[in-house]
Amino acid sequence: MATTHDIDTDGQDPALEARAVSVFYGDKQAVKEIDLVIPANKVVALIGPSGCGKSTLLRCFNRMNDLVAGARVEGEINFHGTNLYQDDVDPVEVRRRIGMVFQKPNPFPKSIYNNLAFGPKVNGFKGDLDGLVEESLKQAALWDEVHDRLSDSAYALSGGQQQRLCIARTLAVKPEIVLMDEPASALDPIATQRIEELIFELKKQYTIVIVTHNMQQAARISDYTAFLYMGELVEYGPTDLLFTNPSEERTEAYVTGRFG
Amino acid sequence: MSEPVNSFDGARSSLDRRRHLKGRIFAVLCGTAAMFGIVALAVLLIDVFIDGAGELDIQFLTSFASRFAEQAGVKAALLGSIWILGLTALIAFPISVGAAIYLEEYAGKNWITRLIQLNIANLAGVPSIVYGILGLALFVRALGLERTILSGALTLSILILPIIIMASQEAIRAVPSSIREAAYGLGATRWQVVSQQVLPMAMPGILTGTILALSRAVGETAPLIMVGAVGFIAFAPSGVMDQFTVLPLQIYNWISRPQVEFHHIAAAAILVLLALLLTMNAAAILLRNRYQNRT
Repeated sequence: MATTHDIDTDGQDPALEARAVSVFYGDKQAVKEIDLVIPANKVVALIGPSGCGKSTLLRCFNRMNDLVAGARVEGEINFHGTNLYQDDVDPVEVRRRIGMVFQKPNPFPKSIYNNLAFGPKVNGFKGDLDGLVEESLKQAALWDEVHDRLSDSAYALSGGQQQRLCIARTLAVKPEIVLMDEPASALDPIATQRIEELIFELKKQYTIVIVTHNMQQAARISDYTAFLYMGELVEYGPTDLLFTNPSEERTEAYVTGRFG
Repeated sequence: MSEPVNSFDGARSSLDRRRHLKGRIFAVLCGTAAMFGIVALAVLLIDVFIDGAGELDIQFLTSFASRFAEQAGVKAALLGSIWILGLTALIAFPISVGAAIYLEEYAGKNWITRLIQLNIANLAGVPSIVYGILGLALFVRALGLERTILSGALTLSILILPIIIMASQEAIRAVPSSIREAAYGLGATRWQVVSQQVLPMAMPGILTGTILALSRAVGETAPLIMVGAVGFIAFAPSGVMDQFTVLPLQIYNWISRPQVEFHHIAAAAILVLLALLLTMNAAAILLRNRYQNRT
């Protein structure tokens, strides 16, 4: 049974609430009945060894698993009191409200500007698109580097810049929650640091759920940490507690580097 | 080993010499195989050129077929080929791309999809005369379209559908799934993902496949004989319900005559057909480059 410490939601409703979420790929169960409360405007890190189900769980939060053939999700994920897996919920609308940044930078083979404009356009944005592009690039701390070459191909940017572009692109559709799937794992230490600083800035406005392989990173940037092992939630609580005084033996073994 | 380990004189042993000899023989054999194709093509081209180049002039391009070789031209056949080609492209392209999009982006991975896939792969290998018989039975007779450009184009469309579908599927599959995920992650619908991200990226490959398939269609003779392309036509087609002839058929018609003059104008017609083919291939390359530069 998992240990869940007190999660302080500051009196607000939680941003997301997972109840008994299980994910199956065919016959294989990748995530096993996980309960998880994501408080609003905090950074929650999901950690655990490869194959523990942390990315799979993350992809449940915006129904990206719908796109995987043979994947099946059970349980509930509540967002503003609505279960995201209810029949009448449109996954397209879910993904607009809950954005995602992926492991490898995946800009579209278009200009910087059009990378930003795609999301608002497909969602029927009518308004000052130029202003929105500028605002989003500024939020992602990329504006100063690219403002004079918005029509250049996004592929001309460095890996770290591309990842910040992908973050800016996600912000441009004005989500409430940003899911990040190891956003810095393909980047060098300097670029990683910039992404971490950015996450720190973004949590003022957004709720962030981040999957990371890097425990130091989880310790540095997150308010809460969930440790998953073999598809199960082992321990969830305030990050400093989990890293300094975990209740579960397996958590301690993992965060001190004895396995994983 | 009797030799000291830390000496090196660079000389080849007899074993080494044999290994190197084998390597060289293999390279020469492969080179010969490559040259064989090129030489055969060159001989063919030179032969056709010698026979036909003298006959090739404006008069040849602007005259209709005639009983007299010196007055005969390829106007009807060239226009017929262009009509057939254009109409075939209009019919085959949307159907093929639609089918490819369905199979790659929409269809579930079940036995029906696999059955369709298997069928398409097999259809690509069916001899063209069989398509001609199908065209005759279905379009000319059953649908009553008669021996028209429309019947010919529909028949050739079916002939090249599997080729374009498979090339398009290949191109769509080559679009990285990370691009799809990024677009879905921004709240795009499937249609928006396909039309605004996947198709533009796959378009160079789709266009190349289409034009190569059309190049095959322009050289087809057998299925068009079946659906009733005529060997002797003395008017330019003015619509899809007109009778028609095409270049390969005109060439076949001329070459099967006993008079040597007709063999010369047949060679000239071959040159016209080759020019048409090269133009199409050049167009394919241009289109592909243009799309690639846009990204």
